[in-house]
Amino acid sequence: MTQFPAATVAEPGQDRTLILNMGPQHPSTHGVLRLVLEIDGETVVRLLPDIGYLHTGIEKTCEAKFYQQVVPLTDRIDYLCPMTNNLTYCLAVEKLLGLEIPPKAQWIRVLLNELTRINSHLVWLGTHAMDLGAMTVFLYCFREREDILRLFEMVSGQRMMTSYFRVGGLALEPPLGFFEKVKAFADRFPGNVDEYEGLLTGNPIFLMRTKGVARLSAEDAIALGATGPTLRGSGVDIDLRRDAPYTGYENFKFRVPVSTEGDVFARYVCRVQELRESISIVQQALAGMPEGSTKADAPKVVLPDREKMKTQMEALIYHFKIITEGFSVPAGEVYQAVESPRGEMGYYIVSDGTAKPYRVHMRGPSFANLQVLGKMCEGHLIADVIAAIGSIDVVLGDIDR
Amino acid sequence: MPLATAITDIEQLREHPALARLLAWNTGVAQAVKFDRDELTIWVEKGSIREACAILRDDVECPFNYLSDLTCVDWYPSEPRFEVVYHLLSIPKKERVRLKARVDGSSPVIESITSVWPAANHFEREVFDLFGVRFTGHPNLQRIMMPDNWEGHPLRKDYPVEGYR
Repeated sequence: MTQFPAATVAEPGQDRTLILNMGPQHPSTHGVLRLVLEIDGETVVRLLPDIGYLHTGIEKTCEAKFYQQVVPLTDRIDYLCPMTNNLTYCLAVEKLLGLEIPPKAQWIRVLLNELTRINSHLVWLGTHAMDLGAMTVFLYCFREREDILRLFEMVSGQRMMTSYFRVGGLALEPPLGFFEKVKAFADRFPGNVDEYEGLLTGNPIFLMRTKGVARLSAEDAIALGATGPTLRGSGVDIDLRRDAPYTGYENFKFRVPVSTEGDVFARYVCRVQELRESISIVQQALAGMPEGSTKADAPKVVLPDREKMKTQMEALIYHFKIITEGFSVPAGEVYQAVESPRGEMGYYIVSDGTAKPYRVHMRGPSFANLQVLGKMCEGHLIADVIAAIGSIDVVLGDIDR
Repeated sequence: MPLATAITDIEQLREHPALARLLAWNTGVAQAVKFDRDELTIWVEKGSIREACAILRDDVECPFNYLSDLTCVDWYPSEPRFEVVYHLLSIPKKERVRLKARVDGSSPVIESITSVWPAANHFEREVFDLFGVRFTGHPNLQRIMMPDNWEGHPLRKDYPVEGYR
């Protein structure tokens, strides 16, 4: 159980502060996060997050699986953006293998990745607004999120744990009519964002709860390892999609919203603008979707089509070998970082040349972002802790792994 | 794209900003280097890891001002057993570098870099918890993922995947 360092805890009776446990079961901690608060009246003196309630040892499990068997595990890390996890892992293994991915697969990856970002931001917006007392937004956000989950189900058969990206491309071709459905959603969605903004951006109660609350300076954000909208809300202009493009992001035009205020409202503005940018990337991906295959031409790594297995001996042999023995990956190590909805999601994979990864480490954006919470809240009111937690958008699955 | 062969010759990589800065500070600090799959790895002597990080962070031309990730790899049963891995990012220049420090299995201790980046706090606690590597100078080195009374360090290679039963 996490406690304050022994040397810094005052003797009882010596001062007027109180240690208060917030969580792990508390609706506004967005999961099983426990915060140890030292409070003086209503003011937070110190704050220490206690995590690990969801630790399932995914990194250890990965070491016992074949490379392709790790993909479904990655869904369960950051459960609000499964596609981003799949993508980061697949990109890392493809980099280890030196595998080239066909353009169509890359564009579908971008498209789904941006839908995932919208999906994740909608959950954030709904719950964050609800924490601050605006119930309606939650219902609106989950209405649109449901549409995205239906799209995911259509393409992968699963609403949340998609496992749709595979090493070397995609699991399946998207079904007929999929792109039309995405198009219909993308055309409708900007109007929905206007709706959310109409409820929040000018709302005096929301503004009072967010403006000037839980400030974070750019220096502190960098020193404490914040990424994503938490960092951009403090005025640091970095987005890995633009600065270190992966999976074809260099072909898309988009703005990176940055706000210099560093408060809860600034992070809100960044994320809401990202919703609009994401939907514009989805539109660009739909408009320029290339033709061709969705799987790389690498028979030793990519499972063959079902049809070929029934007619071609080689396909059957490769299928059998990949399933029973996995595919071996040349020895080496890579660190692949991707801009997830919460910030830099990095996968560090070490290969020893066998069919199982020697070490897989996931750098979760929430894990590092959580460290800024103390800086944001110390010296401020307890009620603002709720706003601060919502504004850094933590996902506990991502923290505890 | 077929994989290019890894470059391990220190002379060929001298131009890279991170290595150039480290060598300008101390010619003996880089024990080995590797440039593989577009990523540069520098093995730094474990006693100077904190200073090396501080030097790279405060570089004027290409400041590696952001700690992306800190983790560890267990090479059991070979010695030195652990490799603590630091991924640094330069936000202004968008460059990355990987530092590594080898740590003995018999006394796995290394200096903490929390004084350079407070961000290392959680990461070092995680490595301590799951690998049993101790970080001297860490402000609050306790377990972070596992319960306090847990025995062993789960990510070590001699720890069974199913755990001890």
